[in-house]
Parts: sequence; structure tokens; C-alpha cells
Amino acid sequence: MANTITVLYFARLRETFGMASENMALPYDVASLEGVRATLAARGGVWAHELAAGRAFRAAVNQDIASADTAVKAGDEVAFFPPVTGG
Amino acid sequence: MSVTVRVQSEDFDISKEIAFLRRDNPRIGAIASFIGVVRDMNEGDSVAEMTLEHYPGMTEKSVEDIITQACDRWQVMDAVVIHRIGTLKPLDQIVLVVVSSAHRGDAFAACEFIMDFLKTRAPFWKKEQTGKGARWVDARAADDAAAERWQR
Repeated sequence: MANTITVLYFARLRETFGMASENMALPYDVASLEGVRATLAARGGVWAHELAAGRAFRAAVNQDIASADTAVKAGDEVAFFPPVTGG
Repeated sequence: MSVTVRVQSEDFDISKEIAFLRRDNPRIGAIASFIGVVRDMNEGDSVAEMTLEHYPGMTEKSVEDIITQACDRWQVMDAVVIHRIGTLKPLDQIVLVVVSSAHRGDAFAACEFIMDFLKTRAPFWKKEQTGKGARWVDARAADDAAAERWQR
């Protein structure tokens, strides 16, 4: 638990990945949102496709919209989702 | 100053929300409101129903943040934002924004600002049921442009 983060997926990404959330061990050399994205994309398949750099997805860290260089540490809640379409 | 943000599956009644917001406050001179409703057509296809998903926690936080930004720019007395989730059909109400102010200019502007930012920042997603099957709605460039014009 000490070195894990919670990762949430919403809408199309939740369906494509087949899960709404997971606990992920934070690799020792990962300290940013970009690092988390690259770790997930390295799983290959739909992960590599949907989370490729330059794809139109959004992310949040601890429920605030985040960018590639946003810091991520153990215990954080990270979320990946498509561009929003409410209203 | 009161700010109300609700995410709910139940319908809402604009007259009740406005009555609550007005109370007996004689300083209010203007109330502007917006209601978004479900259309029966999108991208040229008929829509039978849609399902709205959101990110609990972040949704409320992001809408409150949008209202705070509006209050920084205009004289806002009270604001109410209600957004529905779950399955909705054409004619159903989706979203309500009500803003009160001393004068109409502030009320109109703040109401439109809140709606434009809600469309592009608040974590809601629509999935439509059409004659061609189910599909996630794509974000619109027009909505991004509507939000960006406030940056100028």
C-alpha cells in the first residue's frame, strides 16, 4: 500500500480497459503524470493505443485537471478520461 | 452569497430553485438562468436516449471552482448549478444554471461563463443510444472555442 496509487478510468476508457479503477504500484523512478501514463501504455494493446502520447485524453491528479509534468506520489488518486461532454 | 452544486438523477424545478435563491433578498436586481435539455438529434442521427456518467468528487469540486472564477470576474450574489446523471430521454432537462446579481449584465455574463466552462471542464460524459447503436459523444471544438473566448 505504501507505494501504490489509485488509478481511475471513465467513460470510453473505462469500457475499453474493462475496469473502472485499479491500485498500481508506483515504480521507483516515476514521479509525474507522464511517468504513470508511460507505465500504463507499456502494457501494450489498448493501453498503448489509448494512452499514446498525443492522443486526445485528459487526466487528473487528486481530482484536479493535470498535465504531463504534474507530480504524482504514493497515495495519490490519478484519473484518465476522454475530453468531457457534459452540459 | 450562497453557492449550490448538485449532481443528481432526479429532475429539477427551476421555479423552486429561483424561489430558494431569491428568498427575501431585496438586493437582487437580476436573475439569469440556463437550462440544457436532451435533443432528439445529434450528428444527423436520431437519439433515443443518453446516459450521463461523471467523476464523483471531482465534478463537484470543478463546478465550485468554475463558480468561484465567475464570482472573481462579476458581481454575483448567488449561484445554483444542478447537473443530472443517469439515463435521460429527449425533452428531459440535463443541466440548470441560475445566477443572481444586482444588475443584469453581471447575471447574464456569469451564467454564460459558468455554462461554457462546465461544458469543457466538468467531468461529465454522454453516451447516446441511436438507431446505429450506442456511441460516446465526442467533445466539440465549438465548446472549446466558447470557453476560450473568456481568456481574451
